[in-house]
Amino acid sequence: MTLTDVPVAAPPLPQARGPLSAAVLAGLRGEGFALPPLTDADPYGDDLQLALYCCYELHYRGFAGVADEREWDPVVLTGRRELERAFLAALRRDVPAGHDVAAELDALLVEPVEPAGPSVHLQRHGDVEQFREYVAQRSLYHLKEADPQAFVIPRLSGPAKAGLVTVEHDEYGAGRAERMHEHLFARMMVALDLDPAYGRYLDATPAPALAEVTFMSLCGLHRALRGALVGQFAAVELTSSPGSRRLVEGMQRLGLSADASEFYAEHVEADAVHEQLVRRRVLAPLLAAEPALAADVVFGIRASELLAERFAGHLLESWRQGRSALRTPLHPRSAR
Amino acid sequence: MPAEPTRVLVTGEGPLLVSGPVEIELPDGGTVVSERAVTALCTCRRTRRPPFCDTSHRRRSKPQ
Repeated sequence: MTLTDVPVAAPPLPQARGPLSAAVLAGLRGEGFALPPLTDADPYGDDLQLALYCCYELHYRGFAGVADEREWDPVVLTGRRELERAFLAALRRDVPAGHDVAAELDALLVEPVEPAGPSVHLQRHGDVEQFREYVAQRSLYHLKEADPQAFVIPRLSGPAKAGLVTVEHDEYGAGRAERMHEHLFARMMVALDLDPAYGRYLDATPAPALAEVTFMSLCGLHRALRGALVGQFAAVELTSSPGSRRLVEGMQRLGLSADASEFYAEHVEADAVHEQLVRRRVLAPLLAAEPALAADVVFGIRASELLAERFAGHLLESWRQGRSALRTPLHPRSAR
Repeated sequence: MPAEPTRVLVTGEGPLLVSGPVEIELPDGGTVVSERAVTALCTCRRTRRPPFCDTSHRRRSKPQ
């Protein structure tokens, strides 16, 4: 696959999952935007998460048939604010507050002797279909990998900004388009007989996977949440290397090609470097310059851990019950 | 001659961090190139991707 093979067209609008997403989608189709009250909405549920996800997508690639200018439509932004408030309030309620960033990082850097989670399942027992389900859902983030975090760049200054850009530069292939992580991810999708078109699996992706991405967009798009964005970034960069190694080993166990495993192989090595850079060149100077951000850095770390655990729980429970972890099944893998 | 000396950070708990693209000579006479802005070289000898760090130096905890 070459870069020119990946379609750049905006994806179609998804199907609604309830009254909130129906209201947002109607609004984006130009049928009037009237968000119903959020009183009974599950802040982590499919309806609210899809509604919020669609509002945020206007800041990335947009949707086919929705004018680019709607990104700054005050009606959309007002509705988005309601959805964000509900999601953020739930996270603030469910994540214990703290301000000791060093202790938080130390805890993240200890590897359990008996690790658990989807990467362990996929390393040891998972089949190719479960790998495909995992990758299809993760595509909502990885086909725009590093983009939500790029929004924080102008909100930082000095050494922390330079450090964060060093890591982001590596995520974007360090100047080589074919090494961009989103491109390596698209190549893996093709190797797994998945469609690498941006947004292709939005309808299939359930709320737990969406919530991890909406959290990044929420923190990236609000300067007031810049500390939480850096915390989220740190949590991912510090924890992804061991899990990526397990995913590489799982793919090798299943005899999948190097094209399939290259994305995670790259992350074993890259995130070992990024961990060091995020701690030494992003967090340390950020907290020296703005010590008041410590509590939000901890919030960002803990909220991403909470959302990652919810996603992991959803995957493992679905697979344990022998069912798909997607909302709609994938097309079968073509014979090779 | 490079304009500035190459910067190497000895982390102590983990890898050496070397700035700039580097070519690394291995004990068997082979070489590997890393084009990253910063490369993390394993010093604990536990890595499964030598000569690069793969975070295997991390402490391990028993399940709680």
